[in-house]
Amino acid sequence: MAVVATETAELESLLRDAFPEASELRVTDRTGGGDHFLIEVTSARFDDLSLVDQHRLVNDALAAPFASGRIHEMRIKTRGTT
Amino acid sequence: MNDELRTRIKSVIDTEPVTLFMKGTPQFVMCGNSERALQALRSAGAPVTAVDVLPDPEIRQELSAVSGWPTIPQVFINGELVGGADIVQELAATGELERKLGESLGDAYRDEAEERVVSVLVPA
Repeated sequence: MAVVATETAELESLLRDAFPEASELRVTDRTGGGDHFLIEVTSARFDDLSLVDQHRLVNDALAAPFASGRIHEMRIKTRGTT
Repeated sequence: MNDELRTRIKSVIDTEPVTLFMKGTPQFVMCGNSERALQALRSAGAPVTAVDVLPDPEIRQELSAVSGWPTIPQVFINGELVGGADIVQELAATGELERKLGESLGDAYRDEAEERVVSVLVPA
């Protein structure tokens, strides 16, 4: 379980660095296995971006852990503030 | 890098009205996220040209290099990346997907909507 908690915390920390202005930021381990995550971010930076560009920013922030192969699935939910 | 494979992938994306890169085929879907994207497209009455990425890991590598998108599935409409399963599902739920399809393919896009599978594999 310690490993799982670490993975969640690491993703959250990477996201906080990438989106310091986020009004909502949540990482949920969907299965408890530390490899299926739901990422939720609400940020004013998304206000004028298409969904695909919003998700690109999240994907970029998590590129390193994703490339490592440890993450099997990321579900992403992004929201602007307007 | 596999130039020929990359060219084939680009060609499918650019010539097909709606391309779905997925794990498996519409007849035999191998992943829940590919299933979500397929169902979203079906719910909007979209034509679907499916490409199975599983036969060769290089397909996925080259596709991500072309699109800058790390995960499967990936949906393209008229050459433009629309997104993965989460986005396509959300767009379908809000009606935005149908609007986008109508705008890109013409309002009568449902009339000739069919599903087909193409391969991007380079013949040996």
